[in-house]
Amino acid sequence: MSKKIMTADDSASMRQMIGFTLKEAGYDIVEAEHGKDALDKLTAGGADMLITDLNMPVMDGLELIRQVRALPQFKYIPIVMLTTESQGDKKQEGKNAGATGWIVKPFTPEQLVGVVKKVLH
Amino acid sequence: MSNSNQFAATFLQEAGEQLALIEEIILDVEQNPQDDESINRLFRVFHTIKGSGAMFGFDQVAGFTHHIENVLDKVRNHLVPISKELVNVILASKDQISRMLWGSDGRDVAQEDFRPQLIARLNALLPQGNASSQPVTATAAPEQAAPTAASAAPAAYRILFSPEPGILARGLDPASLIADLRALGPCVIVAKTDAVPPLDQLKPDQCALSWEVTLTSDCGMDAIRDVFIFVQDDSKIVVEALPPHEDSVGTSSAVAPVKASPDQIPAASTPSFSVVKGGKASPASGKSSAVHKNSSTDGSVRVPSERLDRLVNLLGELVINQSRLAQVASRLDTPELSAPTEDLERLVSEFRDIVLGIRMMPIGTTFSRFKRLVHDLSDELGKEIDLITEGAETELDKTVIDQLGDPLVHLIRNSIDHGISKPEERIEKGKPRHGTIRLSASHEGAHVAIRIEDDGKGIDKEAVRAKAIEKKLISPDAVLSDRELFNLIFLPGFSTAKAVTSVSGRGVGMDVVKRQIDALRGSVEVSSAPGQGTSITLTLPLTLAIIDGLLVEVNREQFIIPMAMVTENVELAANQRAGRNGRNLLVVRGEQIPYLRLREIFSITGSEQDVERVVIVNYCGNRVGLVVDRVLGSHQTVIQSLGRLYQTIEVASGATIMGDGRVALILDVPGLVHYTDTARLAA
Repeated sequence: MSKKIMTADDSASMRQMIGFTLKEAGYDIVEAEHGKDALDKLTAGGADMLITDLNMPVMDGLELIRQVRALPQFKYIPIVMLTTESQGDKKQEGKNAGATGWIVKPFTPEQLVGVVKKVLH
Repeated sequence: MSNSNQFAATFLQEAGEQLALIEEIILDVEQNPQDDESINRLFRVFHTIKGSGAMFGFDQVAGFTHHIENVLDKVRNHLVPISKELVNVILASKDQISRMLWGSDGRDVAQEDFRPQLIARLNALLPQGNASSQPVTATAAPEQAAPTAASAAPAAYRILFSPEPGILARGLDPASLIADLRALGPCVIVAKTDAVPPLDQLKPDQCALSWEVTLTSDCGMDAIRDVFIFVQDDSKIVVEALPPHEDSVGTSSAVAPVKASPDQIPAASTPSFSVVKGGKASPASGKSSAVHKNSSTDGSVRVPSERLDRLVNLLGELVINQSRLAQVASRLDTPELSAPTEDLERLVSEFRDIVLGIRMMPIGTTFSRFKRLVHDLSDELGKEIDLITEGAETELDKTVIDQLGDPLVHLIRNSIDHGISKPEERIEKGKPRHGTIRLSASHEGAHVAIRIEDDGKGIDKEAVRAKAIEKKLISPDAVLSDRELFNLIFLPGFSTAKAVTSVSGRGVGMDVVKRQIDALRGSVEVSSAPGQGTSITLTLPLTLAIIDGLLVEVNREQFIIPMAMVTENVELAANQRAGRNGRNLLVVRGEQIPYLRLREIFSITGSEQDVERVVIVNYCGNRVGLVVDRVLGSHQTVIQSLGRLYQTIEVASGATIMGDGRVALILDVPGLVHYTDTARLAA
């Protein structure tokens, strides 16, 4: 059974790109538009990995990471955050919140798949 | 990649929405500078444009947006105040991004490139010494993309990896990192257990192991460091190249070395990790940002509007076919056929409501652009005007909303230009310095009323009158009600502006508005009080596709009257018609109602009925009777627009195809009311 990846991003074009790339790579994708949406869908349906943007309305990525990590069933789920170079300190904040890794925008589809393979075994 | 065009198209669509949002938010910010959440939203929007722009190849947009983001970051941290200049430069920057994404209407984009000036203005807003540098994003990827080419020959490396104890709680499995190393080349892996505590003190979620790996690979040092990219800041990692020919078997271990089987690892190519190395991250700074309260999106699906149009067209066909079937069923009158036909009718009706509901959009999307209009125009004219919008959530058919923009722009421009005076003049008149334009939308039955009210000087009735006489639109001794007088401003070529300004007053405004609203089967109503302001109400149908109609017949001709306007129908006997001196007035419960005979309007010959029916329609407070031979009943009416040749016909707004293939005209009630008005004026 293919692994299920939840992607949370408020940008439809980003969701489309990530979704397409990872589906091509053989993963199942669940999309969420913001942190709250992702949290609701994660608790309802679960996932093997979470990829999240940081700047999102309703609930931002850092808060999402913290809340997901606080749930016993997701204590060890790989979480990758999408960040930009200008957010240097966000990377540390994200790690403190419990992020496994990060991808710096802009990235190529190949890079994305590389990171997913890296954290999702 | 082959899908990049599609992604770029999605990005452009999204960017368009984001840019519209920017305008809305920044104008909000100007009015409520204390609202931190608005600034946060603004920052997020620019951030999204920057991030997604860079993703889909709009590097210049991303680079430019970086400067804006930089300023907004300072604004949200209260290091830069919210000022008029900030608002203006953000708006101008937004326009710049639009031009960069869509060009500037065929003009030379290079000539319209104000980026250097805008960046200078943005940087001028920053506190000293904080001018934004060029973003690094553009160069970061290539730097990573090139694998270390210098390492062609296989070499041996010793890698010490002591993960921080909390690594497991971040979702990282150290074993997966070791596996990544194995993928680079043959490894000898030794686990070190000396830090593992006694069993009773062992915490299963704390990693106490460390590893020493000897790797032989041609991948180069960078590829090895890349394996640890997510843990390098916290864990202890040492990577060193071993001198050639050193015995690569582990030497220092309390545990027997674990030898990797040779067939396990083909010399895999360097996995190209997407990660860009960050500088040393600073210790956790500040608190996390607050949970954002503004919920703008909920579970929704994006569908191209052409697909919706197609769906509505199909629905139209379905309705027509259903009514054909119903006609056949009623002729044959067999229960086996009529029962399912009735069921079908119910289903189609429900289906119709749902499909048309999908096309409903909140009118707020149109409202937001007017904030910018009011801001820019009042600036230009030296006026101070607030725009208040109400009922932005009121829903209207997308087609109606799309065509509503221009008329509303005209009306709001008129209010700004003619209605509201300069601050000094207003204070003289004892009014507040700020003028107010109120734009509101609300449901009124099967219609939506959109009202534009200003607290300006009102319409000068005498000026309108004088102008109308001058233009020979009315005779000098004509007695007109206020309503009739105000309606004069909708006549072509009518303009009372003493000077033509760049804003309005070219005399092409109001008649165009009237025509556009008429085309939407709506109506315009003006009221005004001198010194207090003007109020213009647009009444629009909810949808342009399918309506409930009342099917009527004159001789063998069928007509549809929009059901939303029908109030009742009464009888009209032949003797009631006679003896009224040609004045078509009918008395219903003491009220005199003018009536029109469709037979006369459409020049229908044939024998007259002894007793005719009068369908009384209500329209903007006017009750008008329409005399027909027979009322046939309600009918789901798919509106087909009349061809170009017939568009000047005032009394019909469209046509529909009946079940038997005949065509019935849809009567335009506003047009008919106007027709009776004119007829009455002439009488």
